[in-house]
Amino acid sequence: MLTKRIIPCLDIKDGRTVKGINFENIRDAGDPVELGALYAREGADELVFLDITATVERRKTLSELVNKISHHINVPFTVGGGISSVDDVSVLLQNGADKISVNTAAFKNPALIAQLAKEFGSQCVVLAIDTKKEEDGEWYVYLNGGRVKTTTRCRDWARQAVDLGAGEILLTSMNNDGTKQGFALDITAALAGELPVPVIASGGGGTMEHFVDVFTEGKADAALAASIFHFKEIGIGELKDYLWEKQIAVRR
Amino acid sequence: MKDPGIVIIDYGVGNTYSVANAIQHLGYKNLRISDEEKVIREADALILPGVGAFEACMSNLQDRNIVEILNEEVLSKKKPILGICVGMQLLATASEEMGIHEGLNWIEGRVKKLELPSELAVPHVGWNDVMNNEEKLFGLNQQNANFYFDHSFYFDCEEKYVAAYCDYGIKVTAAVKKENIFGVQFHPEKSQTNGLKLFRSFFNSI
Repeated sequence: MLTKRIIPCLDIKDGRTVKGINFENIRDAGDPVELGALYAREGADELVFLDITATVERRKTLSELVNKISHHINVPFTVGGGISSVDDVSVLLQNGADKISVNTAAFKNPALIAQLAKEFGSQCVVLAIDTKKEEDGEWYVYLNGGRVKTTTRCRDWARQAVDLGAGEILLTSMNNDGTKQGFALDITAALAGELPVPVIASGGGGTMEHFVDVFTEGKADAALAASIFHFKEIGIGELKDYLWEKQIAVRR
Repeated sequence: MKDPGIVIIDYGVGNTYSVANAIQHLGYKNLRISDEEKVIREADALILPGVGAFEACMSNLQDRNIVEILNEEVLSKKKPILGICVGMQLLATASEEMGIHEGLNWIEGRVKKLELPSELAVPHVGWNDVMNNEEKLFGLNQQNANFYFDHSFYFDCEEKYVAAYCDYGIKVTAAVKKENIFGVQFHPEKSQTNGLKLFRSFFNSI
């Protein structure tokens, strides 16, 4: 049986792990390589590293960091942040990343998804979507780390991206992110139900019960969280024990 | 501990670092990553990694003139080889990934798209337990040990070549074997202790 995945996410800025609330108020959370290795030992099924540094030197620094991560971490990891070309991806994969995630660049140039899928296979291409529920009750796509609103519905963009070759959807609800009030179950379940690919739910996980909800009601294949792990509010081991007791298949 | 000469075949695709890291972590010192004929011929055991598209992997192998060397070393001299992920799929007769493409044809079979009930996601991503029947690969692993998978295509072959399968709606081939030729669909190099045990079992069997 395929198990549900628990994925700690490490946002990287200037080589350090950071975490904000609702995409703002960033705090330092330690060395990404050490933290990633700790999570791998504790039973994380995968890791995601998102580079939120915006400098010209970013790509070179990121590939060096990825290389370091790959030497210290024995679970699969995804790298995202500012990826906009086949060459960007090639460098990251050569340095040891297993998968890459694309977001804004793919929205602006959807052909990128098809190019990446053809070159590296769909299994390597994760489409990250930052989405926000507006007053009309619809979920819309946001770009540039949540700063730029679009008029595209999340469900439409996710479907288009999967048709182009995206192999997984990493769905972050901006309404829920950093609130610790639970994941956005409605949009997660909608995407998981209508798309053939795995959906990783992100944003809002604050208690162990929230993870139960996102796997049952939200029908997610994987759940991603950051601050609750970084600030040791929930241990990965205890979370998995709890999920196991609740009859959710997890790797222990 | 035996310290066989291990060569990870470097043909420009695939994440050779992670495989090398895992093997070095086990303490094997006699490890090289290479596409050189001399190095491949001197090896006691070969690892054929691979990620991405089947066609690109196969043409890279051909472009580097490695296929003929491998045919001699593996088919004639019976050198042990372990294919990983797409490296395992390359062992097949052909693949149906984006057209029909010929493989190494060392183990008769075809690489096909996973066609599953709609509630099961494809790609098949994550940790899945496997049922195995091959000591040389799984001797140190428990039955039902889990490994990390990430693939949309699978190796469809006769039962006698299946060294392990996992249950994902259908029986998905998780490992293949034929004499000295082995392959795993999952990523042992990313499967923590279970993956390390698999590498150890394989090298112990040489």
